[in-house]
This record gives sequence, C-alpha cells and structure tokens, in this order.
Amino acid sequence: MKENNDQGFLNINSTLYKTRLSSKFLNRKSYRPSDPKIILSFIPGTILDIFVKTGQNVKTGDDLMILDAMKMQNKLKCLTDGTVKKILVNKGDRVSKGTILIELE
Amino acid sequence: MAVNKKIRELQEKREKIFLGGGEQAIEKQKAMGKRTARERIMALLDNDSFMEYDMFVEHEARDFDMDKKSLPSDGVIIGSGTIYGSQVAIFAQDFTVAGGSLGLMHSRKITKIMDHALKMRMPLIGINDSGGARIQEGVNSLAGYGEIFFRNTISSGVIPQISVILGPCAGGAVYSPALTDFVFVVDKISKMFITGPEVIKTVLGEEISMEELGGARVHSEITGNAHFFARSEEECFEQIKKLITFIPWSNSRKARSFEPGEPDKRYNPETIVPGNPTLPYDVKDVIRSVVDKSDFFEIMELYAKNIVIGFGRMGGRTTGFVANQPLEMAGVLDVDSSDKASRFIRYCDAFNIPIITLVDLPGYLPGVDQEHAGVIRHGAKVLYAYSEATVPKITVILRKAYGGGYIAMSSRHLRADFVFAWPTAEIAVMGPEGAANIIFRKEIMSSDDPDGMRKQKVEEYKAKFANPYVAAARGYVDAVIEPKETRRFLLHAIETSENKVVKLLGKKHGLPPS
Repeated sequence: MKENNDQGFLNINSTLYKTRLSSKFLNRKSYRPSDPKIILSFIPGTILDIFVKTGQNVKTGDDLMILDAMKMQNKLKCLTDGTVKKILVNKGDRVSKGTILIELE
Repeated sequence: MAVNKKIRELQEKREKIFLGGGEQAIEKQKAMGKRTARERIMALLDNDSFMEYDMFVEHEARDFDMDKKSLPSDGVIIGSGTIYGSQVAIFAQDFTVAGGSLGLMHSRKITKIMDHALKMRMPLIGINDSGGARIQEGVNSLAGYGEIFFRNTISSGVIPQISVILGPCAGGAVYSPALTDFVFVVDKISKMFITGPEVIKTVLGEEISMEELGGARVHSEITGNAHFFARSEEECFEQIKKLITFIPWSNSRKARSFEPGEPDKRYNPETIVPGNPTLPYDVKDVIRSVVDKSDFFEIMELYAKNIVIGFGRMGGRTTGFVANQPLEMAGVLDVDSSDKASRFIRYCDAFNIPIITLVDLPGYLPGVDQEHAGVIRHGAKVLYAYSEATVPKITVILRKAYGGGYIAMSSRHLRADFVFAWPTAEIAVMGPEGAANIIFRKEIMSSDDPDGMRKQKVEEYKAKFANPYVAAARGYVDAVIEPKETRRFLLHAIETSENKVVKLLGKKHGLPPS
C-alpha cells in the first residue's frame, strides 16, 4: 500500500496520457484462459483423499480427489479425458486457493 | 435534609457510573491510545452541551452468572448535544464495560437514541468500540443488531448518519456503519471485518494481522468502506465537526449558510490546466479556484483517487463537487470511481445539496479485470445517480469529455441544469487519435506514408471536433466561458437554481444498479 507517486502513461483509445498509475492497476493480474488439463483448488482447504495415480488414464467426470473446505467435502472431478501426468499434492496437505493439484496430458 | 441526602445519593450513583468498567479497565483503554466513551463525547460536542439519557439502564440477563454482574450504563452512553451549535444525537460504546459488548439493553439504548434522532430530525453520530455480540445474552443480542440495522435503513436519506470506528467493530456489528452515510476511521485504532484473522487462519490457513485485514488504512485505500481517515482521535473529531458544518440536519432542510468569501488568488484557473489534453494536473486546485475561501473538504481522499468528491461552499451555500482527476489514472471512470461518485451524488440529492461536476476524462479504464468486476453495472450507477438527482446540477467541461464518459459526467442529456465549457474543452465521441484511426482507416492504410497520413488526419479531426463549439451549436453546452469567469457563472447557476422544482414520476422506488 505504498504511495505511488511515479508518473507513468496510460493508453486510452490510442492516446497516451501522462498520469500516476494506482497500485491496484499496477498489481492487476493479467488474464489467463482456464486449462482443463490443470486441476486447481477453487477454494482453500485440505486434501482428504486422492483417487488417482500418476500415469492413470482418466475420463471426463471421474473423481480425482476430495478437497475439504468450509466444512464441505468437495469432490474434484475431471473436466477432460487424459492421463495423469503429475500429482502435486499429498493426502492431508493444506492448500490455498488456486494451487495446482494435478496436471493431465 | 432528606432532599440533600437524596441528591447526594444521586451524585454518588452518577460518580460510580462515570467510572464505567473501573479504573483498571480505563487504564487498559488508555494504554491502547484510546479515550473513554464519555471523554470522546465531550471532545466531540460543544462544551457543556451533552445531555445524557438512560444512564441508569441495567441488563436483565440471568444465564451464565450474568445476574451477579453489574454493567454500568450497560456499556453504551447515549444522549444529545451540539456541534458548533447544531443539534446532534449521539451514542458511544464503552469498551471498558464488558468490552463494549452488545446485549439487549445496550441495543435498546442505541435504538432509543436512533428513534429520537429520526423523530426530532437531527443527525445521528455513533461511536463504535465493541467486542461484538454479548454471547451470554444469546439471540437477544442478535435481535439488538437487527433492530439497529432496520433503523439505519429507514433513517437513511432522512437524517444524516455518521459512524465513527474507534476500536474493534467486527462480525455483524460492521453492518451498521456500512448502512450509514459517512464512516470515520483512525489509524491503528479502528478494526473492521466480518471474519477476523483467527477464523481466517483456522478455516483457510492464511495468516494476516488485524491491521492488514481491516485496519483504518485498508478501509480508506482498498475497500472503500471508510470515508475519512485520521491519524488520531483528535484529528478524527475535527473532521466530524467540519463535516457537520456542511450538511443539513435532515432531508427537509438545507445546510446552514456561511459568510461567503473569495477564493485564494494563488489558485489561478487559467494556469492550472495545461492546454495539452494528455498532461496531468491536480483538479482539486481547480475546485479551490472557484469555492469560497478555497476551502474544499474532500471525502474518500485515499480511495479511487481518479475521481474527487467533497464539499465546498459557493456564495456561502454548501455544494457537492464531483471531479475527474487527471493526475491519477488519467481521471478514467472505472469500477471503484463509479461507486465512489454515484453514492456521493445520491447523498447530495437526498440532502438538498447542489452538485457541481468538473469534467476532464478520456473514457473508461480498459481491462479484463474491469469487465469481469462488472464495470457495466458499476458504471451504470453514475448514469442512474445523475439522472435521478433533482438537486441543482451544474457541469463545467474543462478539457476532455469523450464518449460514454461525456454522457455520464452530468451531461445535459441527464438533465444537468447548466453546462459550461472552457475553450479548452474537447467534446467528442472519442479522442482524436482513436477517432482518426477508425474514420480514416482506409486512407491511412492505403497511404505510402501511413504515419504521416495518420498524423494529418488526427490534426484534421482535432481542428474540426476537438472543441466545445460543436456541442454548443446544438445547445448541449449553455455557454463557453473563460476559465477566470468560472466562479461568476457557477454563482449565477447556484443562485438561479435555488428554488428549482422537478417532480419525478411517482413510484415506490427505482432499481439502481448495485
């Protein structure tokens, strides 16, 4: 939350305006399209169980793991057909929101 | 003799109650840099003006050994007094008594003073310093909060409601301040959140301090929940007193008039604004160049700085100012600045305060984050608020007024009563570069020297459209004025709209985007 007094430029409709840029603007997250091959935690919580192993073939709709969060046991389902390339968490791990849990290929 | 004895008895009872939670608790309060509830009231109100009510109220809780506990005044002080001679009703939670926790009688005292303020049509000031619900009193405590929220809502837009956060204000309790008009916070003292650091740690495993989660700075800079930030309780009280001078007692009155005074000559409107529309300047200096005594009282100074809002006086009358700030984010409209401006416009409208809008913006902030955050519905609030407002609306276009931003910033089309433009104004569908790229795309693309052609076309467009005269020719602008004439035109507009009457269609209520 440091005061940002640096003058920068902001492009609005092909014109560059000399101005201060807010920290909110400078720290904005650039957009990334979602990838069904990367399973992320949609909420912070604890991994209760993992149902798949590296190298296993999976189909859309298969249960991958249980993420326990806010007193709910959430089943994470597979959103695409593929093979489990990497499992990046272990049973009992506590994960924050947006953590990569499983990568498929 | 008997009378004397009874008077002494009353004095003794009072003295005991004045000690609140006792000397130890008071020491603890002081160690946190905080004053006691009664000291706060005394510091805020005019000397000897405070009349306390319900001093002898006691709780009736029986469970968990509560029947053995005496809680002086049940942890909250209520009453009324004056600020610079203006009546205000006030309550202050006493943290030294059971942590200022809210039980049934505590809440009944608060709702009593709220009902009083509403009935008597006077502003209500609430000083919050409480650990939250009094758990021992169970659902009665929740009922108390609900009764407060209900009254905050029905009083909204009728009497001014001011919340001062001078301690913790957590869980459901924060919804009362959120329902009021202005929230004051003090660095290191105010703490506001729905779920605290401990819950967040347990449930989510994230560690954060109270200060980082919901301290005064956070609410002033990031969340927009607070309107005034102070470094000390003294500074906070001065801010409240100043605010009280600008606002009326209720929606059926106008704010008090003051002796008018000329602006400080240091603020010369002719030299503040650069001619090149891409260069920044501080729009607050333009406000100071037109308001009485150059006295501009800014609201939400640290939040969404790309728009400036606040009060000043024109010819002695309170006036609300809304101004794009080219110094910050080029003065664009975005989610946060739209929220900030629209709520202020509605405040002014509810309390009979004319609005002066100073326009200089290149448009809306582009970005996925903005679109996904709902800049459509947030931006729409500005259109709604200006269109709905029936108080005098006066607009001065200083430089850029492009596209949707032009329409939104209190344009003639949203029923501004007066629209003035400086000769530097550019009222157009978009900036010259963007417009030339679209209109002359073919010429530019097929040219042997596209850059040269683009420059030429931009200049052509500028000469033709980047001025106030196209809009003035249609009557969308009432007068093109010299910067130094601005105060004169504004005073004229404020004076002539003193008795403005506009009747909107009768309806239960509209559905402003939220």
